[in-house]
Amino acid sequence: MAQGLLRFITAGSVDDGKSTLIGRLLYDSKTIFEDQLDSIEEASAQRGTDGADLSLLTDGLRAEREQGITIDVAYRYFATPKRKFIIADAPGHIQYTRNMVTGASTADLAIILVDARAGLLEQTHRHSFIAHLLGIKHMVVCVNKMDLVDWDEKRYEEIVDAFRSFSSRLDVPDIRFIPISALQGDNVVDRSENTSWYDGPTLLNHLEQVHVAADRNLQDCRFPVQYVIRPQTDAHRDFRGYAGRVTGGVFKVGDKVLALPSGIASRVKSIAIGDAPVKQAFPPQSVVMTLEDDIDLSRGDMLVRENNQPDSIQDLDVRVCWLSDRPMRPGAKYELRHTSREVKAVVKEVVYKLDINTLHRMEDDLEVGMNDIARMRIRTAAPVLADDYRRNRATGSFILVDPTTRLTVAAGVIYT
Amino acid sequence: MSEYNISHLDELEAEGIYVLREVAAQFERPAILFSGGKDSICVTHLARKAFAPARIPMPLVHIDTGHNFPETMQFRDSLVEDLGVQLIVGSVQELIDSGEVAEEQGFNASRNRIQTPTLISTIEAHQFDACVGGARRDEEKARAKERFFSHRDDFSQWDPKNQRPELWDLYNGKHQPGEHFRVFPLNNWTELDIWNYILRENIAIPSLYFAHEREVVRRAGQILANSEYLNLRPDETPEKLQVRFRTLGDLTITGAVESDADDLEKIIAEVAAARKTERGGRMDDKRSQSAMEDRKKEGYF
Repeated sequence: MAQGLLRFITAGSVDDGKSTLIGRLLYDSKTIFEDQLDSIEEASAQRGTDGADLSLLTDGLRAEREQGITIDVAYRYFATPKRKFIIADAPGHIQYTRNMVTGASTADLAIILVDARAGLLEQTHRHSFIAHLLGIKHMVVCVNKMDLVDWDEKRYEEIVDAFRSFSSRLDVPDIRFIPISALQGDNVVDRSENTSWYDGPTLLNHLEQVHVAADRNLQDCRFPVQYVIRPQTDAHRDFRGYAGRVTGGVFKVGDKVLALPSGIASRVKSIAIGDAPVKQAFPPQSVVMTLEDDIDLSRGDMLVRENNQPDSIQDLDVRVCWLSDRPMRPGAKYELRHTSREVKAVVKEVVYKLDINTLHRMEDDLEVGMNDIARMRIRTAAPVLADDYRRNRATGSFILVDPTTRLTVAAGVIYT
Repeated sequence: MSEYNISHLDELEAEGIYVLREVAAQFERPAILFSGGKDSICVTHLARKAFAPARIPMPLVHIDTGHNFPETMQFRDSLVEDLGVQLIVGSVQELIDSGEVAEEQGFNASRNRIQTPTLISTIEAHQFDACVGGARRDEEKARAKERFFSHRDDFSQWDPKNQRPELWDLYNGKHQPGEHFRVFPLNNWTELDIWNYILRENIAIPSLYFAHEREVVRRAGQILANSEYLNLRPDETPEKLQVRFRTLGDLTITGAVESDADDLEKIIAEVAAARKTERGGRMDDKRSQSAMEDRKKEGYF
């Protein structure tokens, strides 16, 4: 599997064919098992549905099956000889925006489903905007139910043009269009005989080939220290290793590095994955580094290069999705978790709230409740070492935790 | 560019190691739930890699139903010795003896359900605030919605409709006194990933996973190992078959499959071609459509 892992998100509501599409990918890649199919057929029969209702495969919670809706993000897995895939299957309704934001936060690619009969809808805009906001660089627009418009090329082109004109406002460098019928399988796994006018890849073909490793930031060296390893055993009496995940750049043994926030310089003495020494480390590897000098460095600190440092900021310009059913309380204190660091924070100002169907800014209604997306200014009690989210998703993202309930109440991206 | 590509197993390993280090950093009293099955063996292997050259900074906890495969117990004890970590055993038998739980009766009686109170009392006795488990999202539909850091209230209950959102790799382990987290570093792994990883890393696993001849009983489409703990029906006669186990649980509920896969390569070929899920052999999941969700809400693994 030379291409490694691809994480993608699908969002949609009940009738746009999302479950059918996922079912098709799983079924045609032989990921649905006999006992799962038996169990779905049995449950479908009990509910009086004809045939196997593939949405029952993803809607795993009792409440979801009872109400016939997807509430939460479900993760699905399938593999082909070329690649392993993780699908974040998110509900599409506006009242589940927070779930879609959650699924999008770890996705490399988003599949946007458009019903060929209906064309672009509010939810098309909403899903595309969330994918853009969460920094997804690759989008596949599947124009679905093409069989119901007689495989009309003109209709397909209309939708492509409309989407292109809308998406010019979004920062998504790679957008593909594919005419499909999820129900009949055309251009999902197998090439359709009905689209002689389309010479692009099938959906699965594209998913197998799309190159996402280049999306990882290999320029700006960032190593947030997650945990300090000090064995204190006879064999490793003086060992002091800094464990963490590389979130940017390439670190090599011998490299000169700078510890932040202390500003003390040293050199990388060794890098290891488990017991095995390696010469270099890059995203998304989890490694242990040792340094030539014995310096003060602990969880929440960061190793970088002297000539390429993140911004050390206390006043943050952020886009936030509110996740909690308790609205944001202006002036209230929250705990902000950013890389491996945690600091106290207060929301200084809500600049505007976004109507995510129309992308209009609302400056007169600034009350931020669940599922709202807003631009804010946040002040932290101590500096955070941040990069612009569009340049580095790991050092540009954060969550807010309510100090009384301990719940995660918001997720945000930093623009510098 | 390709110099900086890593395989999907490397990426899953990096994610699992990251999650385990996050546990060590965020919690006061974490533990690894160790069943002796391949998934908890993989978690333990990841933990060894996450904290090397130090020892794993948390104990292994085994919830002992008393109905164990002897092979699993030998394996457990030698692994613990090798790692130099503490082993804590929560005994279902002790809870039965003290009258805290009652044993199920009848032919399909199992100790699966009463593992949960045993686990909870072990967690309470040792005040664990995080229990790392080997569950995976691909195992079962209720598990498809699991978080990496999965919150449990002070009755150890899971509230699947009201889970904490989990974004990027920013895990929130904050909790009120008495509450704890279940943590699942293997969430994104599939059964095939586990086997490929075991092969790649050369990880030792109990011999039960490999094909061997065993005395078994066929019951309701399942093949169950015959043992002193299985109540035989009058019409049931044990027979000898070439079998292996795809999961290892309590002796009385873990179904075997007929197989001649006696090495890892053959197991991988068999798993890749399998048309039934690995939990298809688990009597405990078959009790209803939401059997797993219901048990998880009560505090099951």
